[in-house]
Parts: sequence; structure tokens; C-alpha cells
Amino acid sequence: MFIQVNSIRRLFPILHQEVNGNPLIYFDNAATTQKPQAVLDTLTYYYEKDNSNIHRGAHTLADRATRQFEETRESIRSFIGARESAEIIFTRGTTESINLVAKTYGAKYLQKGDEILISTLEHHSNIVPWQMLCDQSGAILKIIPISDTGELVWEEFERLLNPKTKLVSIVHASNALGTINPVKKIIEAAHAVGAKVLLDGAQSTSHLDVDVQALDCDFLVFSAHKLYGPTGLGVLYGKRELLEAMPPFLGGGEMIREVTFEKTTYNTIPFKFEAGTPSIAEVIAFKPALDFITSTGKANIHRHENDLLQYAVELLHDVKGVIPVGTAAEKIAVFSFNIQSMHPFDVGQLLDAKGIAVRTGHHCTQPLMQRLGLEGTVRASFAVYNTRAEVEVFAQAVAKIASLKNK
Amino acid sequence: MSTIADIQNEIVAEFEILGEDRESTIFYIMELGETLEPYPESFRKEEYTIQGCQSKVWLVAEEQGGKVIYKADSNTDITKGLISLLIRVLNHRSPKEILNADLDFIPRIGMGNILGSQRSNGLVAMINQMKRYALAFQNKQNA
Ligand SMILES: Cc1ncc(COP(=O)(O)O)c(C=O)c1O
Repeated sequence: MFIQVNSIRRLFPILHQEVNGNPLIYFDNAATTQKPQAVLDTLTYYYEKDNSNIHRGAHTLADRATRQFEETRESIRSFIGARESAEIIFTRGTTESINLVAKTYGAKYLQKGDEILISTLEHHSNIVPWQMLCDQSGAILKIIPISDTGELVWEEFERLLNPKTKLVSIVHASNALGTINPVKKIIEAAHAVGAKVLLDGAQSTSHLDVDVQALDCDFLVFSAHKLYGPTGLGVLYGKRELLEAMPPFLGGGEMIREVTFEKTTYNTIPFKFEAGTPSIAEVIAFKPALDFITSTGKANIHRHENDLLQYAVELLHDVKGVIPVGTAAEKIAVFSFNIQSMHPFDVGQLLDAKGIAVRTGHHCTQPLMQRLGLEGTVRASFAVYNTRAEVEVFAQAVAKIASLKNK
Repeated sequence: MSTIADIQNEIVAEFEILGEDRESTIFYIMELGETLEPYPESFRKEEYTIQGCQSKVWLVAEEQGGKVIYKADSNTDITKGLISLLIRVLNHRSPKEILNADLDFIPRIGMGNILGSQRSNGLVAMINQMKRYALAFQNKQNA
């Protein structure tokens, strides 16, 4: 064991409570992770001592807030291995980051007949912005199919790639099934036909090493709240030359160099894309979350979570009526399943009665569920603070529920 | 025949026996769902659905001798159980009784707490649809 899970658990106050008369077992980490004390303390401290608007006031508090705000940008740069911190744009989340790219890069560069390639695994937030762009531009959305195990069909991907492909926007790790896509290979193949690649790192960044220079992705998007950080904050990484060439997204304060009624000139990156007052406290409190991940070690986190996943698979393997969904060879710690003759919503409610928090339904991936012929699944997703003992309680509860309809 | 209030009191008493244990309460609700009469397949259509977030409900009603008869189904067992409770309270009543019914058994058994907000909203949608049928029959009777 490389993870001292008990000392990690002590850092997360929310975990220490009872829900419906049972100790809380929080297995909904793919939806959002819990926050360590250091994040909570930083939020409070900021409002108690440093609160002020950034990049403008000529006073001490403004200076402190600005400095800490920019320190987080630098932490993120280092976290994802970007060349420079100007390539890190703050947004409200993964969803806004993708919309930003669609509305700026997409609107400028995609034309009628151009193709955008996504996959069957995508979250709605990596589908709908492209559909909207296609409606406006006449570009065409193409879908990489998957196998029954939930893996991309590589030959189909290669077949779909062609010189008309301008953008490949693909999830790094699937939120619904856990599948890790071979993104390095995808990026190389896409670049070979001249396409740019946006990586949806909402699920991968908390579990896997994601180095934008090693991968050579053009854009990477993710949300702080899935990395033990605050809600309402996301990141868009983009290569400098792309970000500079893109038109601004929202207009307003902060994103301008000079405004006259005749003509406005725009600020340099990253500020060009950060109109208005951002989520300052959340940005500042994201740094201790990143520090927590870095000091724990991504490799350790992945090993621990993967151990929990394998344990859950093993414990539920022979249980009558339990049907795992998504059995890719490479997965993050997502255990999606159904119980024969039961609706996932009922299963989720019965687990909740035992204090076990899971997600049920289509997980914002309706096209994926349609492909699998399912209405939805029950999804248990693990994080660094989860334990083998929790997996045991979960497996027992699932087995009991399964026995109701599967004698 | 017992009144709407009588039946609601019965239900409340049954749930009191179950006590505080949430799991057994849900199991009980699921069992109630199994007592639901089969739903007529010809009415399993989009126009008879009440769309909740995750569970789907089909509901039809007819009038027989001035009384309303409901038939309903769901794709989830817990929701079926809830439907069976509503049908037990409201079936074979006059439209007027249904429209005036105060379904206080729901808060009295702490259903909102047991169900969570998604299903509670679905329950409200079901009750509204049942009352809409009752109103339509009442309007027809008065016409
Ligand atoms: C793979 C994936 N993409 C995008 C999103 C959207 O993230 P957010 O809701 O934080 O914008 C999620 C979150 O559920 C996700 O899992």
C-alpha cells in the first residue's frame, strides 16, 4: 500500500458523517469529488483576509488576491505540463471550456463541409456545442463507434479521419464506463491529417498523468470540482498560437486593452478570454487541491483506485443478476453496472438507504446508452479516500438487492 | 365504503409498523408495486406518459357509473409502489371527491424524506395528472 488511506480520510471532513443511519460511503466521485480541509480553509481565509477584485486595485488586498490567483494559474500550468501559464484560461467548467472553443475557434475556422469527429462515449457537453456549431456553420459531426466492451473501434476512427476533419474532440476517460481512450495515438493520427484535437479531461485529470506537451493536444478542458477543488471553476488549456488567433468569447471588463466607442482592442492571452470578475476565491482555493494531488502522487492515486475497482469487480463477479457495463482493458476507477430486472434508479435508492452514494441514470451520455441498448446504469466511482472496507459494504448491499429479483 | 381519509389513515398505520428503517420501507413500497393490476398495453403510448426525470409513468382513467377508475404503470418498482398507494386512495371515487382530496398521507409517512426530491416531484406530477382526469370527468358530468 502506497496510500495511507486513513490519514487521507482525515483531511476530508464531509466523509465523517452518517447518512440514513449508516456511515456515508461516497462513491459518486465521477460526478464531483469531496474537498480537503485545506481547500475549505483557503476559501474561508480568502474571504476573511484577502477578498478584493484582482488585476485592478492599487492596494494591498488586491495585490494579495491577484498574486494568489496567478499562483494557481502557474500550479495548473505545472500540473498539466503546459509551456507557459498564459495558455491556462479560467472558465466556469469543462462545459464552458468546450463551448468557448466551439464559439471562437469553431466559428472562425469551421466551414461548410468540414468535419468534426467525436465518439459514442462523449458526455453531452462534448456533443451539444458541436451540434450547435454544425447548425451554424454547415460543418458535419461524425461519430467514432465503440465495441460492446466500451472501447473505440480503431479501424473506424482511421476510416473516418480524412483531410476534411478539422477537429477531433474526444473524451480522455469516459465518465459513464471508465474507458481510457488511447489519446496519444488519436492525437498523432489526427495531426497527420491536419486536424486539431480537444481532449475532454474532466475525468482523466484527477486519476492519470496528463501532460499536454507529451500528448501534444491542442486543447485540454477540465473542471476543478472533479479534482478535489471548488465548483464553478474550469480550465481551458490551448496552445498559444491557437489562443492568439481565436476571437474573444465574452466581451466586457478585463478582456480589453483599450475601449473607445469607435474601436476596442483586446487584451493578450489569457485575459482576452476572461471577461468580468472571475471566481477568485475558487481559483485561489484550487491550488491546495492540486497540491494535495501532487503530494499524494498521481501514480499512487491511480494504483489505489484501480485496486478498489478490481476488488469491486472481483466481489461482484459471481453475483447472480449483476451485469457490469463497460469492460474495457484500460479503465479509470468507474464501476458501472445493472441488476437484472431492476431499474437503476431503484437500485440507487436502495443503496442510498444504506448510506451509499452512487449515480444512476444515463450519466449525461444518452447516445452511449442508446448504443448499449440501456436506459441507464448504476455507477460507483472511486476516489483516493475510498477504502476496501467500503467496497465490501457496497458489494454486500448490491448482492442483497440483486437477490430480490434474481433468486 | 371507507372514505379517502380512512384509507389514508390505514396507510399511515402500515408505514408506522415499518418504523424508521429506510431500506425496509423501500422494500415494502416495492412489494406494493407488485399488487398493481396489469396495465392495458394499448395505452402504453407517449400520450399517456408522465415524464419524471428517471422513472416513466403511464396513466389512464375511465369513468364508470360516476366513479373514476385509474390504471397506471411504471418502469421502476419503487414508482409502481407509489402508484399503487395513490390508486388505493383515489380509485372508485367521484371526480368531486378526488378533486377535494387532501392527500395528507404523503407528508404523514414522511414520503418526501424517503424518496428524495426527484421522486417526490414525480409523485406530485402523478397526483396532478390524476386530478386533471377527475376534472375532465367532472366537466363532462356537468355539461
Ligand atoms: C467526461 C465529462 N465531460 C464533461 C463533463 C462536464 O463537466 P462540468 O459539468 O463540470 O462542466 C463531465 C462531468 O460530468 C464529464 O464527466
